[in-house]
Amino acid sequence: MTQMQGRGWSRRGVLAVAGAGAVVLGMPVAGRATPQEADDFAKKILGGAAAKSGKVQLIVKDVAESGANEPVRVVVDSPMSAADHVKAIHVIADGNPFPGVSSWFLTPKSGKADVAFRMRLAKTQVVRAYAVMSDGSVWQASQEVKVTIGGCGG
Amino acid sequence: MTNPSIKTRIPGKAKKGEIIEIKAQISHDMETGQRKDAGGMPLARRIIKKFVCTWNGEVVISADWHTAMSANPLITFYALAEKSGAIKLAFHDDNGEVYEASADVVVE
Repeated sequence: MTQMQGRGWSRRGVLAVAGAGAVVLGMPVAGRATPQEADDFAKKILGGAAAKSGKVQLIVKDVAESGANEPVRVVVDSPMSAADHVKAIHVIADGNPFPGVSSWFLTPKSGKADVAFRMRLAKTQVVRAYAVMSDGSVWQASQEVKVTIGGCGG
Repeated sequence: MTNPSIKTRIPGKAKKGEIIEIKAQISHDMETGQRKDAGGMPLARRIIKKFVCTWNGEVVISADWHTAMSANPLITFYALAEKSGAIKLAFHDDNGEVYEASADVVVE
């Protein structure tokens, strides 16, 4: 103990290190998805259709307050008529244990293509939103969200 | 986990052709299956995996949810007012249970 004191180990410093260790141990051990896995997942749910930029508005903060509970809203520019409407909205995260977040299936009865929910973010990552239109075209928007406190799977 | 309860905000009245906002929250842990308990044993996955909203029995919107949906999911979406009747929300749990809420809306 005398040696440690000599090297400047303060009680506060030791506690801080122990606390950080506890947080790391509390994290899930499972791996994170990679952007490649997110691409593959997107390809699977979109049936390989190429996504164009535009029409989709992904509303999420640049810096998440909490990785456990981040508000996300997706708005798609569409008249939502029987002839021209959004059929599906898919939200995908590049850096979570599983890339899929949620898929919403809309109808002309939805009135407008506008959905909001809260999501978990395990770390700083890119979030993507895809919209599939009734004519089969696919539109996309993405944004990086910085996360300081991860979702930790819970 | 205690039995999930559902809170909704649905207007009681709407004009024909109006687009109404619907908000709903269900109390649910949305356990991801990635966490471990104090003894190091994995906690089984249990989430709401599917959500469906109908109005007079016709689907307004439905959704597939994954583990990245937050605990106690709070959602906002819209519905086109066509005729009076019940709006029903159904949340499908991994364990097979379905939790439902419904509200009557008068369309004038």
